[in-house]
Amino acid sequence: MSLLVLTLIFPLAGAIALSLFPRMPDNTARTIGAGSVGLAALVTAIVMVFWGANGGYPYIQTLWQWIAVGDFDINFSLYLDGLSITMMGVITGVGFLIHFFAAWYMVHDLEGDPGMARFFAYMNLFIVAMLLLVLGDNLLLLYLGWEGVGLCSYLLIGYYYKTPANAWAAYKAFVVTRIGDVFLAIGLFLLYTVFGTLNIQTLLHEAPQVWNQGGVMVNVAAVLLLLGACGKSAQLPLQTWLADAMAGPTPVSALIHAATMVTAGVYLIARTHGIFELAPAIQELVGVVGGLTLLIAGLAATAQTDIKRVIAYSTMSQIGYMFLALGVGAWQAAIFHLMIHAFFKSLLFLTAGSVIIACHHEQNIFKMGGLRKTLPLDYWLMVIGGAALAALPLVTAGFYSKDAILWEAVANGHGVLWLFGLVGAFITSIYTFRMIFIVFHGEQKIHAEAGRGIPHHLPLIVLGVLSTFIGALIGQPLDGVLPSGAVEDYPWIEIIFEVISSVVVLVGLGVAAALFLGKRQLITQATEGGPGRKTWLFFNSALGFDWLYDKGFVQPFLWVARGHRHDWIEAIVNVVPGLASIGNSGLSAVQDGRVRWYAMVMFAGTAVLLAVLMFG
Amino acid sequence: METTFFIAGIVALAATLRTITCAHSVHALLYLIVSLLAVAVDFYALGAPFAATLEVVVYAGAVMVLFVFVVMMLNLNQETVARERHWLRPKLWIGPGVFAAILLAAMIWAMTIGGAIGVIEGERLSAHAVGATLFGPYVLVTELAAFLLLAALVVAAHIGRDEGNEARRKAEHGDRATTTAGER
Amino acid sequence: MTGLPIQYGMGLAALLFIAGLTGLVVRRNALFVLMCLEIMLNSTGLAFIVAGARWQAPDGQSMFILIIALAAAEAAIGLGLLLQLYKRFRTIDIDAASEMHG
Repeated sequence: MSLLVLTLIFPLAGAIALSLFPRMPDNTARTIGAGSVGLAALVTAIVMVFWGANGGYPYIQTLWQWIAVGDFDINFSLYLDGLSITMMGVITGVGFLIHFFAAWYMVHDLEGDPGMARFFAYMNLFIVAMLLLVLGDNLLLLYLGWEGVGLCSYLLIGYYYKTPANAWAAYKAFVVTRIGDVFLAIGLFLLYTVFGTLNIQTLLHEAPQVWNQGGVMVNVAAVLLLLGACGKSAQLPLQTWLADAMAGPTPVSALIHAATMVTAGVYLIARTHGIFELAPAIQELVGVVGGLTLLIAGLAATAQTDIKRVIAYSTMSQIGYMFLALGVGAWQAAIFHLMIHAFFKSLLFLTAGSVIIACHHEQNIFKMGGLRKTLPLDYWLMVIGGAALAALPLVTAGFYSKDAILWEAVANGHGVLWLFGLVGAFITSIYTFRMIFIVFHGEQKIHAEAGRGIPHHLPLIVLGVLSTFIGALIGQPLDGVLPSGAVEDYPWIEIIFEVISSVVVLVGLGVAAALFLGKRQLITQATEGGPGRKTWLFFNSALGFDWLYDKGFVQPFLWVARGHRHDWIEAIVNVVPGLASIGNSGLSAVQDGRVRWYAMVMFAGTAVLLAVLMFG
Repeated sequence: METTFFIAGIVALAATLRTITCAHSVHALLYLIVSLLAVAVDFYALGAPFAATLEVVVYAGAVMVLFVFVVMMLNLNQETVARERHWLRPKLWIGPGVFAAILLAAMIWAMTIGGAIGVIEGERLSAHAVGATLFGPYVLVTELAAFLLLAALVVAAHIGRDEGNEARRKAEHGDRATTTAGER
Repeated sequence: MTGLPIQYGMGLAALLFIAGLTGLVVRRNALFVLMCLEIMLNSTGLAFIVAGARWQAPDGQSMFILIIALAAAEAAIGLGLLLQLYKRFRTIDIDAASEMHG
């Protein structure tokens, strides 16, 4: 089991090799890039087997002592338990599939331009950072991984840096997540000050002994952790960056902004669940944040024209579900949904990528249409993924995970949140099938060529299979790590609620079919002018948050910055030199070079001196 | 003795005042010579005949004559006098006059506050006594004064030389050994 | 009165000195500046003679001899400088040589 560190070493070696030789041939770059993550996935599988055979006890591998300054003692240690092994499986498994697909995708996206090695270097580095995040046994190592994924996200969003808009999107993503990171850092400082250590298990063990439930310090610490998580997971109020992050290549969107990085916030809250259990008000807040975000994102997704943005908002919405689950205490359900979501969301993104390449880099869904016949594989896989997203009953994995969340929400007494979740499910169904109908049904508006080859087909098919109920059969060894939160006592009532949510989803499907299948006359008329159009624009701009933040934060900041252009501190500091300068000019005037004047001054000085001596 | 002293003193003072207010250089110099002579009489009245002699011979006789030579070299004429008058407008005297008055008041007051500290009897101090002092206890200072005069001689010769004339003289006499441009 | 109180002698010297000093400050003609310097040196000599006469010591006259030597040296060099001033600035206005201003 000391093989654990190899999961980090393989991608790291790949990243270093790809960085050192950026002009290596494309095939070598693809092989190293995908192969290193493949090896990491293999090692993960081996570790899982050994760990399970060993009884599933937490395993700590200390690599070296990182910081040892006085009392501040941080080790570079990897901590393996049920939660981290689940996350590892998702990261390396789904990660490998995405890397494999990216080997096909980047050939068609770059079309011979240089940069393959750079892409895979960044992707491998991302895998390393994400693994560090989930494997770190102390919060500082987690923060290292946290920052690392933020960096890689920035590098990858701005991958096509020659277009300024992409660079700005990367910048926006980085700055908004940075705000969250600052709060997280302050939270870490607070935890260290109170506990003297950042070791996660120690913190969770000692927190109930040091803090009372509902105390001020616990609430503050929990809020800070929550804000950090919101930044990374694109939840309210730091959600504005995710849609623009679609400027990066599609595999990036699949890996980072669907399966792994944006789930880092969920992982953080799940990991530090002990602290949140001590701050029930904040835990409630987590749920509310999730509920609001899922509604906002869902509404925004119904009015998008770019295929990737629809899926981006759906990611935001689904993570809102995970936050909702965490908020109501359904810890295991949240992680389960995380895994299932990774499957179907990356499937959706990769399929969307395939469609985009097939349509020659066209991303506007209204310019596509009727692709059902030309891209059959993509069509069926997107239907499977969309069904999982909408949580179509019984056949899809999404149904099992999302319903677990909704049931536990209502069973634990959070009726309002359950209602949010239900309405969200309805909206999810609408926008998902809207996208599918617009892209694949109707008349074909664009010429499309289907993708070919194993790197294209295999990942999509594997993910497709996992998105069906087969994916839901994967058990997660979370029992020792997270409280279950499941309420088993009312099986009949549980079934009733599941039926309700299924009905809602199917009704949504029907509404989407009515509105978006065929000629789409009704919806076109409704959004033509007046309030309909205003509503559509409002949803399109993600409920105006960009405008709000611009007016509320960006403009005042720029105003202050512009006001400081004439540096007033400089002006104050310059008073003393100014006075000295005046003194200088004054005294220089006294030296006019004329002998008589000097004699006069000496004369006057003597007179004054004598007068003072005589009469003083 | 006192009468002589006072009369000579008044003459000296008047002559000095006329010197500093005169516009014409040569006139001012003559007034200065009169002042120096009056001061020499004062020395004699105080019983310092050797000093009086020196004053007349060296100061009035050599230094002032030097001044007269320089005045001759500078070619004074009527417009110079006019310019001097312009530079001597009354309002230019106010500032210095005020400070002069203050300084004078201070000095006079300093001299008179202690009451009379001495009376001059007027006994003659012969040249013999002065010479004995100079070459007795003060011989080193005397030698230094000689150095000073030597240095002044060198400096005056250097500062006062005429570079234009020197260059012309060199060019005329030249180094006959080298050929000039005209002969080639 | 059996003798001259020393204040009168010193007072005369002071008056002469002040007159010379005023003249020095007021006059712009360099020649007059040098003349006023002579006046001041002379008055200092007078002061020494008066002191020497009061104490009946030849030291006063010795000092006066040294003062004369100094005055002669200074006059010679000063007149040399005056000639150079005239040569360079074509004027004997002492305010013309004010390049060390500022």
